Amino acid sequence: MQFGSLQEIVDGYIRDGQSVALEGFTHLIPFAAGHEILRQKKRDLHLIRMTPDLIYDQLIGAGCARALTFSWGGNPGVGSLHRLRDAVENDWPQPLTIHEHSHAGMAAAYTAGAARLPFGILRGYVGTHLSRVNPQIREVRCPYTNDAIATVPAINPDVTVLHAQAADRQGNILIRGIVGAQKEAALAANMLLVTVEEIVDSLGAPMNAIVLPHWVVTAIAEVPMGAYPSYAHGYYARDNAFYLAWDEMSRDRKRFTEWINRHVLCSHDHAEFLDSLAEAA
Amino acid sequence: MSVDSALANTYTPAEMMTIAAARLLWPGCVCFVGIGVPSAAANLARLTHAPDMVLIYESGGIGTHPSVLPLSIGDGELAETATAVVSLPEIFSYWLQAGRIDVGFLGAAQIDRFGNLNTTVIGGYGKPKTRLPGAGGAPEIALHAKQIFVVLKQSPRSFVAKLDFCTSAGFLSGHGERARRALPGAGPQAVITDLGVLKPAIGSQELTLVARYENVSVDRIRAATGWPLAVANTVDVMAVPTAEELRVLRDLHKRTEIAHARDASRSRKTPALSASQVNA
Repeated sequence: MQFGSLQEIVDGYIRDGQSVALEGFTHLIPFAAGHEILRQKKRDLHLIRMTPDLIYDQLIGAGCARALTFSWGGNPGVGSLHRLRDAVENDWPQPLTIHEHSHAGMAAAYTAGAARLPFGILRGYVGTHLSRVNPQIREVRCPYTNDAIATVPAINPDVTVLHAQAADRQGNILIRGIVGAQKEAALAANMLLVTVEEIVDSLGAPMNAIVLPHWVVTAIAEVPMGAYPSYAHGYYARDNAFYLAWDEMSRDRKRFTEWINRHVLCSHDHAEFLDSLAEAA
Repeated sequence: MSVDSALANTYTPAEMMTIAAARLLWPGCVCFVGIGVPSAAANLARLTHAPDMVLIYESGGIGTHPSVLPLSIGDGELAETATAVVSLPEIFSYWLQAGRIDVGFLGAAQIDRFGNLNTTVIGGYGKPKTRLPGAGGAPEIALHAKQIFVVLKQSPRSFVAKLDFCTSAGFLSGHGERARRALPGAGPQAVITDLGVLKPAIGSQELTLVARYENVSVDRIRAATGWPLAVANTVDVMAVPTAEELRVLRDLHKRTEIAHARDASRSRKTPALSASQVNA
């Protein structure tokens, strides 16, 4: 485990062509890490995430991704992800291969990945067309009852990236609030990068809290507000106004590209990104 | 004129739809809630006739009591007011798949006469005309909840003879196919639209108009349906919203607007992406 700047750990561990999961179910979405991937112009990534959210909309629109594994690709509570749609509907800025699941299927796939099982099982997908378009969704017969049961191959990302509230000085990570499938995505990965709101002397974690011990963590960077415009429970709220505004912002290719250039690419780091939004407001 | 009828003259079709959906929920029921009308309806029921109902959101909140409606499925409000917050693999396996949900509430872009739902694509999958967000929790909610209520606006574009893609199973081809294939839940037991309410017919399981709202004719509902609509012998006229239902629903929406604006202003030291910036 190493501590480093966000620039250092993204540069050190994320390579073109890798499968990368930036997880976080609406809460604790690693926006700062996603923006750093974008700044470093990583290419041909296979992005994995249950809910791609705005951060994958930005990475896809900026041409970082060749493939996407996902289960719900919208702007939560608002509508479409326009850059994802443009990639799927019009191959802009490049074709995007999609591997589509349901939430339950993807949760099973991460859980299997964390346990290093070859596949996950669920009573799912029955009567839907998803298995027609995703040949990875198959079924087995239960060896005890002979019932048919759906299977999904384990997801084992090359790199999982999380944002968490805190790390201690040893590098143990505490996550609290809505925790999604972060623990499973973390333990399924070959490498785990984590950004945190702060590094503290003691996590003060209650018994049974979600703590990722330092020896499963590859690298940590301290990035305050690193989930913004998503949120970090106990630190700051979700900026719902940003999510609403993104709908208009992202519809047009030119406006989207200008926004990315102005706020992400022209910012040296996440603090500058936040400043650039404030200046523009 | 009573207060009730004076207020009732001013309700919108969307309010009627939300209120009609809320009335179907009962005290103590365990409801798996999605964002939008389902969330508004479930919270309206909780704040009126069913205070002890259990709201479960797929983001992991079990027994949530939000004072405002969440914009997203994972707003902090849901975690803060929940009896328990669990992980996503747990919510889908131990709670939904295990059969602990009485009612699953779903929306859709398209529905067919047997209550099958499309939230994936309009047009072909490989080259869609419109790429929709996709499945999310819906396929397994539709599978495992003891029953499903579907809420969507009724038009020939949404009520279609043939789905472009089946994301979530209703009664499949009807006539008992769902039971023959041993799907665990009973499937869609009510479809609540902005015009009226449809329920599956006994035997065929074809969606049948059983109730219409005040001032909405059966002919208008037929015209808003993309197949020859089955109509019950007696079509009830749904009671107009009460003053209490409208007051609670409007208060809920008002609190929500104020809270989301406040969230934006306190969420960081710097202001939110403003409208002027969007246009910059």
